[in-house]
Amino acid sequence: MVGEFISRGFRGRRQEDPAVAGRIPPGQYLTPGFPVLSAGPTPHTPLMQWDFTIEGAVRPARRWTWDEFRALPSESITVDIHCVTKWSKLDTVWEGVAIDTLLDGVETDGTYVTAFCDGGYTTNLPLADLVDGKAWVAFAYGGEPLAPEHGGPARLLVPHLYFWKSAKWVRGLEITPRDRPGFWESLGYHDYGDPWREQRYQGD
Amino acid sequence: MTLRLESEAWPGHLPGQHVDVRLTAEDGYQAQRSYSIASTPAAGSLALTVEEIAGGEVSPYLSEELRSGDRLELRGPIGGYFTWTEANGGPLLLVAGGSGVAPLMSMLRYRATIGSAIPATLLYSSRAWDEIIYREELERLSADPAVRVIHTLTRSHPDGWDGYTRRVDAAMLEDAAGEPEPGRLAYVCGPTQFVENVASDLVALGYLPTWVKTERFGPTGG
Repeated sequence: MVGEFISRGFRGRRQEDPAVAGRIPPGQYLTPGFPVLSAGPTPHTPLMQWDFTIEGAVRPARRWTWDEFRALPSESITVDIHCVTKWSKLDTVWEGVAIDTLLDGVETDGTYVTAFCDGGYTTNLPLADLVDGKAWVAFAYGGEPLAPEHGGPARLLVPHLYFWKSAKWVRGLEITPRDRPGFWESLGYHDYGDPWREQRYQGD
Repeated sequence: MTLRLESEAWPGHLPGQHVDVRLTAEDGYQAQRSYSIASTPAAGSLALTVEEIAGGEVSPYLSEELRSGDRLELRGPIGGYFTWTEANGGPLLLVAGGSGVAPLMSMLRYRATIGSAIPATLLYSSRAWDEIIYREELERLSADPAVRVIHTLTRSHPDGWDGYTRRVDAAMLEDAAGEPEPGRLAYVCGPTQFVENVASDLVALGYLPTWVKTERFGPTGG
């Protein structure tokens, strides 16, 4: 879009509270709801068939059943989330297992990750964006088990990037030596997706 | 409400894609929203269908303040998944809730423009007869024997109405969807719960998840 453009007669509805305004990235607006966006039908994988794996360029590969995964140490996470479709939601409360916990004892030379999911969805991230307390596999939202339409039984939670990176119905992480575009990243969306730099689409 | 826009720079779009509209106030404050493109693909022009959201920030401006001749800042076309061209094949099942019909309308208009023989069924849920968007054009499009338009009116219906009067459900989809066989493609667009229910019902009817593409559409702050 071009700069210096004024929309005649547009005043808009600014966020008056500076403490809140400072938490809303450019081009985003606050929503009280929790919109649902996904490209296809919601998968319903029985927990008995669910597992989570760490694979690819790793030694050793790891796999957890649902019960094993839920027995891992988890933490409560309160974060702001930002969807590329322009809504932001503040102070969302999740419970999940830190990626650091899942990668504990795993060696890798890889620097990128493809998260893969039920339904075939994938998304790519630098490994550095998933570690050091920056990302989780979340299984509860607002004190309740994560609903299927919001990605249950478990979704990735990477709140510092646009929310399509927080892959719903996640089943594992493949660690790779090179970056490989995921689902939306192959369809014109930005490879990295930093909301504070408004990296919505390729070329941003 | 339909916005008709012209731009020399507009490259045309794929049926199903959307645009970002950005408004800028005099002090530099900006607001952006996405709107589906309802027109058939054409370089230089496009039409957006905008549902005014009460208490919204952008849609009331577009509906009430914007005048013919005003300039609007657009970015797009955006979205490469919820799209259909003849190369994707069919038959097509389009399921719309309310203003979710907009991107599906682009597909039907495009199909008519190119003279495609691919069968298409639109199952379209509206609250009332006079809330059906594009009603007369849909009647004209359904003169093509390969096009079927099925309405359901969920809140009120005119005297003598002999169509559906309930929310879209599995039985209605079974009537509209035909046998779930390879090649079929379903596009579902509407409010979140509508899309959730329809997509689940289609999978239960035997549609593979990869045949069902969804787009949620709803007042999220509009």
